[in-house]
Amino acid sequence: MKEVSEPGTLCEIQIMAIKPKLHYFNGRGRMETIRWLLAAAGVEFEEAEYLETRKQYEKLIQDGSLLFQQVPMVEIDGMKMVQTRAILNYIAGKHNLYGKDLKERALIDMYVEATMDLNEMIMHHPLQPPEARAKHLASIIEKATTRYFPVYEKALKDHGQDFLVGNRFSRADVQLLETILIAEECKPDILSKFPVLQAFKARISNIPTIKKFLQPGSQKKPPLDPKLLPKVMSIFNISNE
Amino acid sequence: MSGKPKLTYFNGRGRMESVRWLLAAAGVEFEEEFLETSEQYQKLIKDGALLFDQVPLVEIDGMKMVQTRAILSYIAAKCNLYGKDPKERAFIDMYVEGTADLMGMIITFPFTPPQKRNLALIIERATTRYFPVYEKVLKQHGQDFLVGNQFSWADVQLLEAILMVEEKEPTVLSNFPVLQAFKARISNIPTIKKFLQLGSQRKPPPNDQYVATVIEVLKKD
Repeated sequence: MKEVSEPGTLCEIQIMAIKPKLHYFNGRGRMETIRWLLAAAGVEFEEAEYLETRKQYEKLIQDGSLLFQQVPMVEIDGMKMVQTRAILNYIAGKHNLYGKDLKERALIDMYVEATMDLNEMIMHHPLQPPEARAKHLASIIEKATTRYFPVYEKALKDHGQDFLVGNRFSRADVQLLETILIAEECKPDILSKFPVLQAFKARISNIPTIKKFLQPGSQKKPPLDPKLLPKVMSIFNISNE
Repeated sequence: MSGKPKLTYFNGRGRMESVRWLLAAAGVEFEEEFLETSEQYQKLIKDGALLFDQVPLVEIDGMKMVQTRAILSYIAAKCNLYGKDPKERAFIDMYVEGTADLMGMIITFPFTPPQKRNLALIIERATTRYFPVYEKVLKQHGQDFLVGNQFSWADVQLLEAILMVEEKEPTVLSNFPVLQAFKARISNIPTIKKFLQLGSQRKPPPNDQYVATVIEVLKKD
């Protein structure tokens, strides 16, 4: 709380909002979807010192900050939250991006779980051994264009509304846009057969908070430089689990 | 046409088991259809029943729900097993995601090539990453349930995880006295006690036949 007063005027007490604080390495990984959602909701956030060494990470664990010894971790509203989905659910609920009732929530959950499945595949791509990479990429593109994108194309086409669920902007729209953009990084014309999704992409990208997040200098992270991959893996002792 | 939820899955645990546990814990009767052939599965896809061509599928309240977490969240909320406010919900979510990660290691175990299976890692994770957390939470507040002094999805899923790990290593709770008491207490809740009895819809651990059926049903032409 910060008191601001000027001579002869009433005291004003300004409550300084405590921004959510993200703990992760300087890259997308599992934290990126959280960055997207906070940004879409217009919530300013801070990033703690990026994890760059195993030692920093072990210190966080020793401090008892990581419930299951894992990041992402987000300090928000007095909680040290872990588990990506728990964090996303909390943010979405808090900022009215989770539908208006249980059934809308259910539909949003179905949609976002699928985008997260596709994101997961794409996230694991750099971890593939070189000889498996081409096949893995083909599998990503196949899943995107035959299992996932047709569903969203149809959903939007069927109801003709601007947003996926309940005629209102929700986390489903944010997460679908995020997934579309990373899929396009795999194959730039991946939306060629999905005209409704192309329009969706343009429309959602134009929402002011999202537009801002998509501009250079925002907290959106670039794809991981493959040269940095061994270092990231060593921080977290990632094997092919 | 009954109003009961209808579950479509293989005749085994897999990703559907947590749904069976939660429905049972909530005292909700449900029906099951078992996938046994590739033709059945392809028909479900052709009929448009599977939003992303995947099971689990749960028909509930007029929806054909897919995606395990979506299904579980819906049931939990509907049956008042999801806490009373967003912060309780947040803790329940963190706890169930932890147990889901642990159970996920066990679910994929029979489908992992034998030389890559790592039972020791599962037990290590259970005893050093996950169980200590729940032991501490329960010990610190001294209440019967994990969150908000009220029975929730988190308690159901923790019990499920404990039993699943014990099947792999019966002594796994030996250093966790509070979890031992928790296990006994939650097992005694009438709906859970009923689910733990023979003849319930709880499924046995996967065997070779189960694995073979899954592979056969999901095979691509």
